[in-house]
Amino acid sequence: MIIQNQHVLNMASKGQRIDNRGQDEYREIDIERNPVEKAEGSAKVTLGKTIVIAGIKMGIGKPFSDRPDEGVLMVNAEFSPIASPNFEIGPPGDDAVELARVVDRGIRESHAIDLRKLCIEKDEKVWMVNVDIHIINHSGNLIDASAMASIAALWEVRLPELKGNEINYDKKTSKRLPMTAKPVPVTFVKMEGNLFMDPGLEEEEVMEARLTVTTRDNGNIVSLQKGGAKPFTQDEIENAFALAEKKTKELRKLLN
Amino acid sequence: MKRKDKRKPGDLRSVEIKAGVIEQADGSAMVKMGRTIAVAAVYGPREMHPRRMRKSERAFLKTTYRMAPFSTTDRCRPGRSRRSQEISMVTREALEPAIFLEEFPKTGIYLFIEIIQADAGTRTAGINAASVALADAGIPMRDLVASVAAGKIGKDYFLDLEYKEEEETAADVPVAYMPRTKEITLLQMDGDLSVKDMKGVLQTAIKGCEIMYEKQKQALRERWGPNAADVKKELKTKTAKPPSGTLRGTPSGAQASTKTEKKR
Amino acid sequence: MKRGVYMSEMIKNDREFVLPGDEIINSMDYLPGRSCFRDGNSIYSKRLGLVSVRGRVISVISLSGVYVPRGGDMVIGKVEDIHSAGWVVNIESVGEAFLPLSGVREFIDTTKTDLSKFYAVGDVIYAKINSANPHSIHLSMQDPRARKFRSGRIVNMSPAKVPRLIGKEGSMINVIKDKSGCRINVGQNGLVWFEGEKEDLVVDAINLVEKDAARDGLTNKVSLMLNGK
Repeated sequence: MIIQNQHVLNMASKGQRIDNRGQDEYREIDIERNPVEKAEGSAKVTLGKTIVIAGIKMGIGKPFSDRPDEGVLMVNAEFSPIASPNFEIGPPGDDAVELARVVDRGIRESHAIDLRKLCIEKDEKVWMVNVDIHIINHSGNLIDASAMASIAALWEVRLPELKGNEINYDKKTSKRLPMTAKPVPVTFVKMEGNLFMDPGLEEEEVMEARLTVTTRDNGNIVSLQKGGAKPFTQDEIENAFALAEKKTKELRKLLN
Repeated sequence: MKRKDKRKPGDLRSVEIKAGVIEQADGSAMVKMGRTIAVAAVYGPREMHPRRMRKSERAFLKTTYRMAPFSTTDRCRPGRSRRSQEISMVTREALEPAIFLEEFPKTGIYLFIEIIQADAGTRTAGINAASVALADAGIPMRDLVASVAAGKIGKDYFLDLEYKEEEETAADVPVAYMPRTKEITLLQMDGDLSVKDMKGVLQTAIKGCEIMYEKQKQALRERWGPNAADVKKELKTKTAKPPSGTLRGTPSGAQASTKTEKKR
Repeated sequence: MKRGVYMSEMIKNDREFVLPGDEIINSMDYLPGRSCFRDGNSIYSKRLGLVSVRGRVISVISLSGVYVPRGGDMVIGKVEDIHSAGWVVNIESVGEAFLPLSGVREFIDTTKTDLSKFYAVGDVIYAKINSANPHSIHLSMQDPRARKFRSGRIVNMSPAKVPRLIGKEGSMINVIKDKSGCRINVGQNGLVWFEGEKEDLVVDAINLVEKDAARDGLTNKVSLMLNGK
């Protein structure tokens, strides 16, 4: 892998990629819905060789004091050691925390879930939506794969039966989550001054900087996240907005 | 659209920056942006611990962002949260492009940012303080990094949102910027903006960074420049510090005192 | 300022105060020296400090920062550990320094000699940096100035201001030695050893240098202060 680094950069300087993709071309995406029956909703996204499963478990709990009439959304990401020789067991590292928070913000800021409708009893009882992201194979661009898996899984949720304070997980109702939007991220990396969408692992290892642009159905931007140890120019960022606007339309179709 | 504190849309909150506020640190700074107060300290470059985090070809900027428990209306629990972990990481990435890390292989530059009072914009205040502290510590840099957030309320792009505005804004966009090279080193956004508005808010934030940059430079001139307001007592106490670290001891048989107070 | 066919635009002057990222000169005819870098046609400062123009080399004399070892510097350090091949010495720098057996004057047969008889853990020494690179710092005692301190006092100051304490060709430090009647050994790493009649005067002088390092007329100021006592 290390020996490949220079080769990746040499090609990037000419706008080329080691797998012959175009700069704005994604690897093949496959979304499998509800692969996990025990979860209230789940989705497995395969993006090239990257595999991510998102599972939704519903719970009942107290609302936050500053949002007494809203359900609670929690996003957590686990980098399982099966997915990469570089993942270790232990508290979540910086990358896992960032991943979860970027996915969380995309869902939250687009108001993809109408959290007010998840209130059962003001100040006392609300639905908790737990989104757990599990990385099965890390072959690059975990953010896009995880966000798409999460949003697909949320749209699949069937709420379990509620009896008083108890949830009967064995009995799923036909009720769905109050979903309103499908936020879709597009992640770019900058290499040798050029922008490339959907970075593979080899590209992430040598990238100069990374930018994720998440948009909702009307094309508005709901979340941005820059990463990496080098800067972007204003032109590069504005260029990324335009490219992302086009690409999300294409990606959103996969979620329909 | 009028702002609650009567600022114009493109105005920063009142800004106060002071370099060299922590005598023990190799470099330090305090930044106030409105009611938000951030303090940053830099130690090093020095040996990197733990060893596994050493980079053989450059220094590692070990960044820790923390909030004091009393900094918020509801006490915030001390210790690491996912939020502080993420901010530590994006802060590091916002500053790394400015530093000649390659000049100190295998070493660590330790950066600590403490939020003393939080009233919106803590990560931007932290980055501003950190940038001044790094320069204060004599760390070789390509430029200072300035950071300001912007948003949109009603039809206007508002610079440097305060806490109450943060609740109303259509988006919160913290940006860090190197004015000399015109490069963006931090960009985050939460909210809902059209691409056109997003560009406008970004432009507003960049303008804010340019103003902040001048204030950072002014603070460093006040501390180090030839016309610095007469150097304060803290510099005196700095020389009074005994050799730090393990060198503190004196040669066997030598006078024990390494202090330099005047005793006459 | 014209050289060759290029226009050289001096943006900051010799001895002017600069900050990191400040443009010093717009010219391809000059070279960036210490604490400076080139970007495009211009030379910029990396650190806060004072511009120094020497011939065609532009550098910045840093006013702050930890000590970065350079070959030939004299430093003060404390023995921290002893290995079979020499001594590990803390010089309060970016990494620890090593004094190898080859760096002492005597021939040592390690099979017969306990190295702590030469320098024990805790000893404070005045040593020369024999070689320094990002991967190792080697010391030597093979210099007439090098020695082990057995008495006296040590204070520390900002390493960036040590050149001002020494002054041009030692002008400043000689004034201080003269007026205080002290023996003084200055470590480039910001540690200063001294012993003699009026030790407090040395301390006052160091304080003044730290305070006014960025200003002109420092030597005069220091000798005025010393004369006043």
